[in-house]
Amino acid sequence: MMIDMPNSPNRPALNQLLEDSPFTNLIGFKLQVAGDDILATMPFRETLLGNVMISALHGGAMAAFLELVSTAKVILVSNEIDRPKIVNISINYHRQGRALDLFGAARVVKKGRRIVTVHAEAWQSHREKAVVSTIANFKVGGQQTD
Amino acid sequence: MPDSPLKANLREFLDSNANKIIDAIPFAREIGFEITDVRETTVVARLPYKDKIVAEAESGIIAGGVITTLLDSLCGLSCGLRMGSLGAVATLDLRIDYMRAATPYTDIIAEAECYHKTRSVCFSRAIAYHIDPSDTIATAAGAFAITAPDGASDNDKTAG
Repeated sequence: MMIDMPNSPNRPALNQLLEDSPFTNLIGFKLQVAGDDILATMPFRETLLGNVMISALHGGAMAAFLELVSTAKVILVSNEIDRPKIVNISINYHRQGRALDLFGAARVVKKGRRIVTVHAEAWQSHREKAVVSTIANFKVGGQQTD
Repeated sequence: MPDSPLKANLREFLDSNANKIIDAIPFAREIGFEITDVRETTVVARLPYKDKIVAEAESGIIAGGVITTLLDSLCGLSCGLRMGSLGAVATLDLRIDYMRAATPYTDIIAEAECYHKTRSVCFSRAIAYHIDPSDTIATAAGAFAITAPDGASDNDKTAG
């Protein structure tokens, strides 16, 4: 797990998400942080496939990846100490995910006191040809860092 | 509604070979769930607890992404069941609502039903729980594009 980020009050929550998480390790999730923006990667591995015959990534793996991307983004914009709780996620599958690395980015649509809404997108060879996109709502407003 | 021979055969096949199918899907095998029951257009599965699918170490709480994978897979399987061909559908979209966190160190049961089919789309809904459906962990609703005619082909053609 690589985190590329300066010291920041959100580090414990991100560490917990990335380094102390068995499932995050299972899918090989990596994150680069730039301020409050992120670029995430899920490097290709055989265990992420959903269909071996056509070498297609599993839709659930891609959705789980974007759920993590979205969670990381919420942590960065909201100063939460604890991991934000997901309320729901809506996943749109645009294209088949191929046997390549998957990249992800997220954007906060609305940051409320209780709910943060995040759009996230995943792509492979072409940034403009999203493989999957998601919209998720997270509950925040628990303990905060200063 | 009388089954086509293909659908009935698929159900019989699933009844005895369901977990060979799961074994052939790498990420499903990695998550480690097993199909336990196959009905008309409904599939039921059990996801045994294991440490490697947990979100936070030592919490015993299975990650949301795992539940998403489980419900996505089962919704797709239920639509394939209705179509009489497992490769006949591709997920268009899926919406997961989380009612509560999973209970630590506890297996999850999920069931999915393909409740409506048009010429081009299958609609499915699913639920995840521990003991009883009324104690819901998460619900899902999905739309699946039909990529092959009714049971005509096992070829999985997906849009580019």
